[in-house]
Amino acid sequence: MNNNNNKIIEVRNLVKRFGNFVANDNLSFDVYKGEIFGFLGANGAGKTTAIKILSGLSYPSSGKIMVAGYDVYKQRNKIKRSIGYMSQKFSLYEDLTVRENIHFYAGIYGLPFKQIQNRTNELIEELGIQEMANKMIADLPLGWRQKLAFSVAIFHKPKIVFLDEPTSGVDPITRRQFWDMIYRSAEKGITVFVTTHYMDEAEYCDRVSIMVDGKIEALDTPTKLKENFGVNLIEDVFIKLARK
Amino acid sequence: MRVIYYILQKEFKQIFRNRIMLPIIFVIPFVQTIVFVYAATLELKNADISIMDYDKSSLSKRLISDFEASPFFEVSKIVPNNNAVSDLLLKDKAKAVILIPQGFEKDVLSLDGAAIQININAIDGQSAGLINVYIQQIVNSLAIKYLSSDINVQINTIPANAEIRSRFWYNPGLNFKYYILPGILVILVTMMGTFLTALNLVREKEMGTIEQINVTPIKKWQFITGKLLPFWIIGIIVMGFGLLIGRLLYNMPFEGSISLFFLATAIYLILAIGLGLLVSDYANTQQQVMFLLFFFFLVFVLMSGIFTSEESMPDWAQAVNRINPIYYFMKIIRAILLKGAELKNILTEMISMTVYSILVMVFAVWKYRKTH
Amino acid sequence: MKRFRGFLIKEFIHIFRDVRTMMILFLIPIAQILIFGYVIKNEIHDANVAVLDLSKDNITKEISGRIDAAPDFVVSDYLNNYSDIKEYFSSGKGAEVIVFEPNFAENFYGQDNARVQLILDASDPNLSNLINNYTSAIIQTYIADQNMSNSPNAIITTEPRMWFNEGLKSSYMFVPGTMTLILMLITAMMTSISIVREKEIGTMEILLVSPLKPLQIILGKVTPYILLSIINAISIILLGNLIFHVPIIGSTILLLGVSILFIIMALMLGVFISSVTKTQQIAMFISMFALMLPTILLSGFIFPIENMPKVLQWLSYIVPAKYYLIAIKNIMLKGVGVAFIWKEILVLMGMTFFFLILSVKKFKLYI
Repeated sequence: MNNNNNKIIEVRNLVKRFGNFVANDNLSFDVYKGEIFGFLGANGAGKTTAIKILSGLSYPSSGKIMVAGYDVYKQRNKIKRSIGYMSQKFSLYEDLTVRENIHFYAGIYGLPFKQIQNRTNELIEELGIQEMANKMIADLPLGWRQKLAFSVAIFHKPKIVFLDEPTSGVDPITRRQFWDMIYRSAEKGITVFVTTHYMDEAEYCDRVSIMVDGKIEALDTPTKLKENFGVNLIEDVFIKLARK
Repeated sequence: MRVIYYILQKEFKQIFRNRIMLPIIFVIPFVQTIVFVYAATLELKNADISIMDYDKSSLSKRLISDFEASPFFEVSKIVPNNNAVSDLLLKDKAKAVILIPQGFEKDVLSLDGAAIQININAIDGQSAGLINVYIQQIVNSLAIKYLSSDINVQINTIPANAEIRSRFWYNPGLNFKYYILPGILVILVTMMGTFLTALNLVREKEMGTIEQINVTPIKKWQFITGKLLPFWIIGIIVMGFGLLIGRLLYNMPFEGSISLFFLATAIYLILAIGLGLLVSDYANTQQQVMFLLFFFFLVFVLMSGIFTSEESMPDWAQAVNRINPIYYFMKIIRAILLKGAELKNILTEMISMTVYSILVMVFAVWKYRKTH
Repeated sequence: MKRFRGFLIKEFIHIFRDVRTMMILFLIPIAQILIFGYVIKNEIHDANVAVLDLSKDNITKEISGRIDAAPDFVVSDYLNNYSDIKEYFSSGKGAEVIVFEPNFAENFYGQDNARVQLILDASDPNLSNLINNYTSAIIQTYIADQNMSNSPNAIITTEPRMWFNEGLKSSYMFVPGTMTLILMLITAMMTSISIVREKEIGTMEILLVSPLKPLQIILGKVTPYILLSIINAISIILLGNLIFHVPIIGSTILLLGVSILFIIMALMLGVFISSVTKTQQIAMFISMFALMLPTILLSGFIFPIENMPKVLQWLSYIVPAKYYLIAIKNIMLKGVGVAFIWKEILVLMGMTFFFLILSVKKFKLYI
């Protein structure tokens, strides 16, 4: 189903060191257009480091990395125009309203004013939050904040969206709704690159990679991974890899 | 340009919604100018003094009424008792105790000379010095009056004499308020520029929103301009506000040109804000910002000549002041406000301050990293 | 007790690990004392003055010479006419111009008065007043010297005696003042911020559900700061004593006792602030503007309270630092005992109690 022309992220021999500590040890993988790519690993396995490099927040120590067809060393700004990002840290301004947050982020992506207006109204309608639109983020429940943060991250219609632990700390129902949003955006052609340590979420991805101590130990579709390891749950795959 | 507009819009909204920022910006100038100016006074008035009159002559009574007429003193007459002196001073019941000795009038009339004993609580050395000077002035003027009217007949030669007249330019009333007010304006603008900028930037770090901004295609200069411009504007407004309070409440002199005044303010704010940006490059929490700035601010303000002018500082301190950003602005603002200095009079300071501003700003911007 | 010890150790580690904050805590008092001691002085030394001599005779030359020779002054410029004065002041070269009127020598011994004008740049009123007094004194001494025998001023002399501070040293003011400020700052500000910080990051809740008693939590939080404050107080007293010769005439034990009372008061104040604030930022600004400014301005640290308007004098009654400052100045500089400062001690105790009750109430509320 995949061929080379469809690669949207290409990582070859990515290494990131902090002093003596190797956070990313020679990573190589591809992500294809339109897929939901799960990036799994325990806390401290190096997921966040890798996602920061891919989204242009930090420099790799070495390796060849192309994101959306651009080089992370030289074409950082072109990459930034093509991606969206949502971190585990909460990223909307609590003292701005829902509408103001959307306007702000859309504004700094350089979207035309009319378009911002129209799309904001569409989004608010789509999420069914008309009565919340003029409330401060601080007054919204956490689940809604996360959903909004995601909507803001893909508001400028990026080619890829990076989600760093987007569902940590939210209840199961919100997590379910959140994943529905991810599916919908994938259907619209946005590639989703998501890190998580919830193993059940891995089942929702098209392909998953499992990282242990800075290295990718396994990369395949969830079904094939389970087959290869002879287990019923991705969680068990993970446990097997971690105990190795 | 449109990108900057969005940042500006956001910043102003946040500032005006912040329940801490807003009072800082508009209440503190008021409180500072009012409390500081009234409290920061070294002018002596109504100091409590006690007088023990062992002589009880007409001359000693005249001396006492001279003290009573003085605006500097609040006189209480005490029954003469030598032990009372230390008690009065120990219990802080009097700042000074004056003893008029027995035979005072007699000794003066006979031209033998009489000595008045003055005991001053000198823990506050500066006030003590002033009290001493004012007491001597009263005593001397009595001596001269007495001499010229009553005893002069006895002296035949014309004494060599010169009349000394003092004129105090720029501040004829020696009003300390006029000195301290420009200093307070400087503190205000520095706080607005440096503290608010640094806190605001580090807050975005703490909240994590800075990352969200860093993954957007926004350019470094756009972000920094959008972040800093509001504080530059607020700084200038606060300066105008403070100046207005100074004019309305204290009738503070404004001798120089208003455009030069605001030009200097605008340049200095670049320096102040640049320092804020620089601090935020290094600090990770607001607590660190506060302590770091608090320390340097304290040193810089005290050394800048807020209470005493630079001339009375030792040479090494004057040398250290070359790297004190507040020092230049303090000097310029005082010169413009109080002396009506023109650009040519303060050219050196203006150029130094401008160069300093550019250096700090360039360095701080260069240090600022979107990518780590 | 074991639990409490573990908690206390954690608090110490927290504080001592943040090297930057620690450095600043110790540097602030030292820097402040040194600046006050060496930089902020209302003294003049080799101040530049200019002479505008319109008479140019022996006497004016002699007087100018005396002024130049005095340790306070240097005659740096000779001006030619009145219009130069403005330029001289504007350039900031000096703060005084001495103008001898024409025919000075002639009038000096004659019937007419010889006139000398002292023109001062009074933009710094304290300094110009000082310069004016010193110059006048030099000229008057010159006049008196010429009239040796019948100087009119000698008929009534004054014998001033400066009690408690013969040399009129400013260190007697700023050493106790700095101590007050630092104790207030470290204890109240640091405690309030560190407690609010735990609230903000949510760790306070964990402590509160632990078997530690609320009082133990407060004690654990404040003990390191008590220790820091005492170390700071001692270093300030030593610095003041060794470098600036500020004595401790009275009882050291009493001084320490009053200081500990003040520290406890400030701690209670800090706990109280932390119980009414939600964020570190608010705690910091309350500490800055409700504690620091009044402690500097309304305690008698730099500016005498008696000279202030009545409203500010009333306000000063609620500033705790004022009472502490009075008490320690009395102990250190006057050498008096409890009999003279019991009122101040009582007020400090009352304040401690007041904040203790308030904080305990508030603390219970947010559990």
